[in-house]
Amino acid sequence: MTSASSTKLDFANSPINQALTTERKIELFSQMVRIRRFEQAGLKYYQAGKIGGFLHLYIGQEAVAVGTISLGGADDHFITAYRDHGHALAVGMGMNECMAEMYGKQTGCSKGKGGSMHFFAPDKNFWGGHGIVAGQTPLGLGLAYGLKYLGKEGCCLCYLGDGAVNQGAFHESLNIAALFGIPVVYVIENNGYSMGTSQKRSSAYSGCLAQRAEAYAIEWDVIDGSDIYEVRAKTHIAMERARKQHQPTVLEIDTYRYYGHSIADANHKKYRTPEEIENYKQNHDPIAVFRRRLIEEGVLTEETATAINKAAADEAAASVKFAEESPAPTIADISTDVYWETDHDTSASKIGRHFFND
Amino acid sequence: MSRILTYREALREGLDEELARDPNVVLMGEEVAQYNGAYKVTEGLWKKWGDKRVVDTPISEAGFIGMGIGASMLGVRPVMELMFWSFHSVAFDQLVSNAACVRYMSGGLCNCPIVVRGPANGGTGVGATHSHIPEGLFAAFPGLKVCAPATPADVKGLIKAAIRDNDPVYVMENTLLYGTTGEVPDPAEGDFVIPLGVADIKLEGSDVSLIAHGRSVIHALAAAEILQTEHGINAEVLDLRSIRPLDQDAILKSVMKTNRVVLVDESKPFGGVSAMVAMLIQEHAFDYLDAPIKRVCSIDAPAIYSPHIEHEQLPNPRRIVDKVLTLV
Repeated sequence: MTSASSTKLDFANSPINQALTTERKIELFSQMVRIRRFEQAGLKYYQAGKIGGFLHLYIGQEAVAVGTISLGGADDHFITAYRDHGHALAVGMGMNECMAEMYGKQTGCSKGKGGSMHFFAPDKNFWGGHGIVAGQTPLGLGLAYGLKYLGKEGCCLCYLGDGAVNQGAFHESLNIAALFGIPVVYVIENNGYSMGTSQKRSSAYSGCLAQRAEAYAIEWDVIDGSDIYEVRAKTHIAMERARKQHQPTVLEIDTYRYYGHSIADANHKKYRTPEEIENYKQNHDPIAVFRRRLIEEGVLTEETATAINKAAADEAAASVKFAEESPAPTIADISTDVYWETDHDTSASKIGRHFFND
Repeated sequence: MSRILTYREALREGLDEELARDPNVVLMGEEVAQYNGAYKVTEGLWKKWGDKRVVDTPISEAGFIGMGIGASMLGVRPVMELMFWSFHSVAFDQLVSNAACVRYMSGGLCNCPIVVRGPANGGTGVGATHSHIPEGLFAAFPGLKVCAPATPADVKGLIKAAIRDNDPVYVMENTLLYGTTGEVPDPAEGDFVIPLGVADIKLEGSDVSLIAHGRSVIHALAAAEILQTEHGINAEVLDLRSIRPLDQDAILKSVMKTNRVVLVDESKPFGGVSAMVAMLIQEHAFDYLDAPIKRVCSIDAPAIYSPHIEHEQLPNPRRIVDKVLTLV
């Protein structure tokens, strides 16, 4: 959904965006394009039956992950729900390991044990990829608690959808975040629909969903998710509040998904009008908006943009080939990564029976 | 020199020693700090260790247990108290989908070194909502470890092993055991840790094996005395201590010696720890059995309140004796 604001500010002039070099701007644009091309390839091979399970596409929402994660420093951490491909690529995970994971291959980021909804890269401060709506919200709280406990000046960005705001775990997390002064930023990626139920039919609210934060004395803001400059400018403030003041924030980033809740969502053209989808694509597509902007700024040319697009499509195609050619997990692989102690063959793992197979 | 401590004191001593050993160990839970613990397990620890290491949480089991899981992924080692294990149900998604599965779903990239502890028992007249006994339930999830210590020494040794373990360990205590006493080795004699996965013969015997865990061990010992003095039956009492990992060798060794077995399990009969143990015995010691495997579990209904009858719903020495007498 898009903000109704008629007096839109230009966030290109905010210091955090003024600090962007030409190269960095092109890199952010490229990341958004890569996410879209990766997912388009995923969709193609999901529909061809090569990828199992669910496929929750991020297409239309790319500026949210790319804009927010671009602000991350060494001690900033990220965790999200099952619509996780965009965040995974934005933190720097490779297309190969992500595509192979969706293919259920041994070379996948989770060795084919997690699937599309469960991408992880702790070495890049990315902690998943979580399948239960709002189940990750206490974990994000805990990552931020851990940062504070360990004396790190960092924060955790914890993403959730607009449907997740009605889960108890989220409210418990907000209360604790405020009570304990936890450096967590909750980012509600509001695409307007919790599966097939619109925001108005699923949530009780006065102005917006983020405003619920007031009940917990937490700062909040609303962001136009089609404008990566606005995403960066406002999220930066929340992250600084977390890092420097140990105070949480709830951000609501208005965005839109072009596809259904998942590709198994057969009704997504029934609960939304074709006009609504078309309007977003024409006027608010985050990649098209940023592309136009960068061309206006003289940062990008049509030729460069086209080349970036082609490179991303080629990279996605190569990741499909990598996934296709990778080996599947073995039956023996089913029983690893269950316990740390057995995986590391420790003395503790040799005492008592850990597995109860027939 | 051993000292006589209560179960509660021994448990507290174990927590205190681990707080001293590792600065990343943090105790969290409802009323654990300033109130000194709903059951006084953590009494004095907040005063000694302060706000950072002993943390009072709001009544938000999903929130604070999930917070502990998230923090553990970064290397903090939270030891979280459930005032009653019965409250697991409001945190179930965190305890199962997150704690048990995050290592697996990440292909081994994450680990979750948490301890969740608290009492899990019936027998205190608090009705069905506060009398759940979920050790079998959680042991059914690969990725989790579960133990149920019965004595002061065991609870100290096992809580220390649980905190040092790099996987999630759920420690099931018992409000009716907190005040019981027993010998516990003196810390001056060295670090006292009991590994997970090691059962303990609490009483040697030759005629029948009583295999139990938690407070059922105490009932089994009382039953063994009655069996010896009144019926001339020499019972062995094997305390599982740890449910998962499980000391299968000790179970089979005892059964192969006595050839008869009664499993005593405070859980309900359907599924659960004793059902699993019975399965293992029939699979691996079938030829050694001179009688069918029998069980004494809680009577199969939600926990009754009435103090007049509650003890009859639970395993007790008389029910155990009666069951043994059907075998010999």
